[in-house]
Amino acid sequence: MTYLAQRLVQGAFVLLGVTAVVFGLTFLTGDPASVLVPLDTSREEMERFRHQMGLDRPMPIQYLDFLGRALHGDFGESFRHHEPAMGLVFERVPATLRLSAVAIGFALFISIPLGSLAALNHRRPLDSICRLMALLGQSVPAFWLAIVLILVFAVYLHWLPSSGGDTWQSLLLPGLTVGAASAATLARLLRSSLLEVFVQDYMRTAYAKGLSRHAALIRHAMRNAALPVLSYLALQVVFILSNAVVVESIFAYPGMGRLAVEAIATRDVPVIQAFVTLAAVIVVFVNIGVDLVYVRIDPRIRLS
Amino acid sequence: MRRGRRSWPPLSVLFGLVVLLLVVITALGADLLAPYGPTTQNLRERLQAPLVGGHVLGTDNLGRDILSRVMFGSRVSLLVGVSAAALAGSLGILLGLLAGFLSGWWDALLSRIADVQQAIPFLILAIAVAVILGPSLINVVLVLAVTTWVSYFRVVRAEVLGLRESPLVDAARVIGAGRLRIVLRHVLPNVSASMIVIGSVMVANMIIFEASLSFLGLGVPPPTPTWGRMVFEGVQYVDSAWWLALFPGAAIVLTVLAINLIGDWLRDVLDPRLRAD
Repeated sequence: MTYLAQRLVQGAFVLLGVTAVVFGLTFLTGDPASVLVPLDTSREEMERFRHQMGLDRPMPIQYLDFLGRALHGDFGESFRHHEPAMGLVFERVPATLRLSAVAIGFALFISIPLGSLAALNHRRPLDSICRLMALLGQSVPAFWLAIVLILVFAVYLHWLPSSGGDTWQSLLLPGLTVGAASAATLARLLRSSLLEVFVQDYMRTAYAKGLSRHAALIRHAMRNAALPVLSYLALQVVFILSNAVVVESIFAYPGMGRLAVEAIATRDVPVIQAFVTLAAVIVVFVNIGVDLVYVRIDPRIRLS
Repeated sequence: MRRGRRSWPPLSVLFGLVVLLLVVITALGADLLAPYGPTTQNLRERLQAPLVGGHVLGTDNLGRDILSRVMFGSRVSLLVGVSAAALAGSLGILLGLLAGFLSGWWDALLSRIADVQQAIPFLILAIAVAVILGPSLINVVLVLAVTTWVSYFRVVRAEVLGLRESPLVDAARVIGAGRLRIVLRHVLPNVSASMIVIGSVMVANMIIFEASLSFLGLGVPPPTPTWGRMVFEGVQYVDSAWWLALFPGAAIVLTVLAINLIGDWLRDVLDPRLRAD
């Protein structure tokens, strides 16, 4: 319990930092008042407007005010859509979560066989082939993989749609694109983590008591090798969200990443602020969640 | 420490070295080697397929030779990749040494900043900073360095924390070495191997990041050809003229793969603790 509390406090500090960055964003993009008023506003009207919006108060006060509203999910209205910014971003969350889930599914589906095959065939040709494939996966930019997949599966084979987000088929190509990059790193991690487990005493015991290689792999090795992979998966959440930004735009997928790119293009500051804050909240909670799962899987941590 | 039997790098690494060498030669000598100018337009020969009419990789929507543009595009990729990785490295190593060696208050502050940065999706941060600074070569390097220094910082900090308690540093302290001397003469050389390994991976990643920013229209502005922007411009022709987007992307993959192959091998040779097997 104290562990959870400690992690929550740490997470709160991270979010506090993120809101400071997000708040600073408003001022780095120029005078927020000049974005909000028509170009031909007179100097006096401008001053009145600044006073009205509270933009003439000292920065720390404005930040506290911003923070107070942010805690209630109030990031102001979108400049473009004239709707509450957080509402706009929040609407898109389920779509991006679906995409991320498919991406993680693909990543595990590719990396688990690839990583274990490589580890089981350590220093044999199959190992090198898996290693090469993983390196290749790390070397392909997501936006280009997206285009290649569209070319093959949408333009030539006509199997899958190249854009949209209404059907489950439209999730496959963006999901594979985002998942492939993570799969490469996960496969390599699983391989090295399995190799470390293979030489442990309990593996020799498992073989000695007559377990087949297959059973020993599933029951003993995988469970232990899963830990680093799992904690890495948490780090991948930021990476997946990052990639979703580009990939959602290419596939015209209606997620929060595409909204963010549109908001950045039109300098829709409240939406950008709401997006970054929400993304950070997701990242922080996923990290805490994984830590808790970690404790459940590994009794050594629970005991210490 | 080193594996003696590895006297000759494996075939894949030789492949990587050859490809990287070719890319570097292309970047340096693009003026002499490219068959056409990177911005020379010929509207009568627009959207020509590869191998037709003297254009090996075809032409784009403005009739520009794609091979020549890919060759010139290597300049931005290499320049940004290397300088951004170097800048991020200097920043991360410096702050990592600071945090690891001074510890206490400094360490807490820098580590929290790193936490905050890692909670923000990289591309969003990079895009936001790029929008604020405006697109230019130097700004792209700055954006990438500012958003990626954390990777170096974490490793250096962890290694310094480990080294601080090691007999190596104790011994140096006993013979009366000052803090600065210990850091520069005893700690820094011991983290250099992992820095080279991370550095090579970073250069590869930076090339991809630069291309992603370019793809989003936030990279080095036209008319300078960049691989990411070429892919972006080719996307709208993807169903009729696939070569526009495919070749510059393939150039990215080949270059990044070459660097990753070399980096992977460097990890085996230089850093036994990070070794993949």
